[in-house]
Amino acid sequence: MIAHERSSQKELAFMATSLGAGKEQPVVQSVGVATRGQQPQRSSLQKRPRPIDGIVRALLFFCGILSILTTIALVAVLLSESLAFFTSGLVTLPEFLFGTRWQPVAGDFGILPLLNATIVTSFWAMVVALPLGIGGAIYLSEYAKGSTRDRLKPILEILAGIPTVTYGFFALTFMTPVLRIILGENNVSIYNMLSAGLVMGIMILPTIASMSEDALRAVPNSLREASYGLGATKFETVSKVVVPAALSGLIASFIVGIARAVGETMIVALAAGAGPVAMLTANPMVSGETITGHIARISGGDLSYASIDYQSLFALGLALFVFTLGLNFISQWVTRRFREVYQ
Amino acid sequence: MVEDYAVNPTVLVASGDLSTLSEAELVAILVENRASRLPVYVRDYLYSGDAAVFTTLPMSDLLPGVALPEGTADLTIRELSVEQQTELLLGNMDQSQLIAIVEDQVVEPSILHTWSLAESIFERDKIEAEFQENYAAQGASLFFKSWINLDFLTAPMSSNPASAGARTAILGTLYVVIVTIIIAFPIGVGAAIYLEEYTSGAQNSRTAKINRLIETNIRNLAGVPSIIYGLLGLAIFVRALSSVTGGRTIISAALTMALLILPVIIINAQEAIRAVPSSLREASFGMGATRWQTIYKVVLPSALPGILTGTILGMSRAIGETAPLLIIGASTYILLDPTGLQSKFTVLPILIYNWTSRPQDEYRAAAAAGIIVLLILLLILNASAIILRQRARRRLTA
Repeated sequence: MIAHERSSQKELAFMATSLGAGKEQPVVQSVGVATRGQQPQRSSLQKRPRPIDGIVRALLFFCGILSILTTIALVAVLLSESLAFFTSGLVTLPEFLFGTRWQPVAGDFGILPLLNATIVTSFWAMVVALPLGIGGAIYLSEYAKGSTRDRLKPILEILAGIPTVTYGFFALTFMTPVLRIILGENNVSIYNMLSAGLVMGIMILPTIASMSEDALRAVPNSLREASYGLGATKFETVSKVVVPAALSGLIASFIVGIARAVGETMIVALAAGAGPVAMLTANPMVSGETITGHIARISGGDLSYASIDYQSLFALGLALFVFTLGLNFISQWVTRRFREVYQ
Repeated sequence: MVEDYAVNPTVLVASGDLSTLSEAELVAILVENRASRLPVYVRDYLYSGDAAVFTTLPMSDLLPGVALPEGTADLTIRELSVEQQTELLLGNMDQSQLIAIVEDQVVEPSILHTWSLAESIFERDKIEAEFQENYAAQGASLFFKSWINLDFLTAPMSSNPASAGARTAILGTLYVVIVTIIIAFPIGVGAAIYLEEYTSGAQNSRTAKINRLIETNIRNLAGVPSIIYGLLGLAIFVRALSSVTGGRTIISAALTMALLILPVIIINAQEAIRAVPSSLREASFGMGATRWQTIYKVVLPSALPGILTGTILGMSRAIGETAPLLIIGASTYILLDPTGLQSKFTVLPILIYNWTSRPQDEYRAAAAAGIIVLLILLLILNASAIILRQRARRRLTA
């Protein structure tokens, strides 16, 4: 093999000389020789060792791997503190998962009332965000002119960039008084889950609208044109062709929206209420403390690192992490599994 | 707004003007009226570290660079006598600081009633009549207060909402965001380069696997609620690494925020790098450049606008996030400007949260002013991101 290469090289060099390719000849020779490392002396074009490239690559690898380290640290912290929580003897896993009272002072650590408030607020958020978000996306992608779309999309992005504490202020000082006027002061308490949920819906709206719009725009035009060709109206085309074709993307945006609502903290901390909650109710007009709201309220004060309250934060955090991660996985699975692929 | 005083300033000094008093006289007033709170003033006005360890550190560690009364270097603040505390305050504060404390703590202005903006404009006569009837006799005064002015930006916090400002919170926000970006920008861009230039489309199955693992991981991290990052920061940066970070300090906050915005920066930088046409890379390789030379001199310059856009988006996320900082324990009442990485801090969103959650209407008004400051800051950042992106798009299509 090596012998063969050598001979072919010699042939090449011979051909070059015999052809009398004056100026190019040494170049050909040195390249051929250098890459195979035959001659002991270095030519200028020989591949030099470049330590910088190796160092840079190692540094960049570290940057890339850091995100994995973050995940590992996240899981390790949540698991180890939760383990301390469940082995403290004050609470067992079934009590935590199925207990109907969360009153740390009395030693009751049942997640259900917190979960209940989380579900109620997220439900009302989706009641606002789903129709408006998908409706807005359909308008932007199917009905709006190009110039209108270019003007509306940045506005959506700016809406998505407003800090959530601002939405919380809005919920407490605007939405709640309005709800109290409409539904009656006696029916709606000052801190209530409905107000928090509705404003949370407004907050999620841009996320759902922009993800859904991407999904709708990915539907190829040939489908729309075929539909028109069969005599369908614009509305028939949108509702019977475009939306079904983009359904996986729409569902994925819906699930991501739920995940954001479940993890949202500041709006519920400000507007949904606080204090020991011991009730399971679907009535959104009373106050309720969500998982995130509880974590925010408890950790605000001077919390001792050895206390059961501190550990309970991590157990709640773990529940939240598993919940949102699960939703994100489902969303990715839906996108993969039900995506209609067009050429 | 009607203001009343717990102690009328004319009781303290005949003219009612505190600025005529000397520093010693001001401290004497404090000792007379609020002796038990002297350590609190030391904490609020002289100490810049984590409040959680304030009562346990010896004075020399607690207040480095501060002139201490003789023989107190090894004592904790609780072990100091009132005379020593007086000496400490007197030796380290100027007259204006002392006047601020006396006004706040001894004079204690309190707000009796507030009217809204619309009422103040359209029903002025009615407000004045009501004031004469109910409040004038007690020696209270009526005045108009707007929070949208320069004083709001430059005044430190106060327990009186009428004179409360956002100075320390604005400085805290700037500090945290700048340190966050210094940490997150190089790491985020580095990760994006690694994913796009070194491992993407790799033939080697192990490299391809690492690439896929990191990519999936980043996508999932981007979906983790921010409050969970707060728990991570609390357990690792505040608690486990407290000897390095100093506990609930700016550096802990910035590290937590950096982890939070890394996925945003990476994903945007990846897109920017992917958009660089491969013909540019091939031309560079063809001229004999190494991989790193190609990345550094060809790919990065043309991807820079896109990378900057992503960084600015990450920055505005870091400015607006409240929950993680609430968890790692940003202080809510800070009078000192942040002095370094290890000083206690507060940020604008925390200030807004704190003011909004108080029952008094005046604090809600101050919170609204805080929100305006925050939104203006974000609007400037986001607008510059959009302009940068548009410019980049124009250049790449041209």
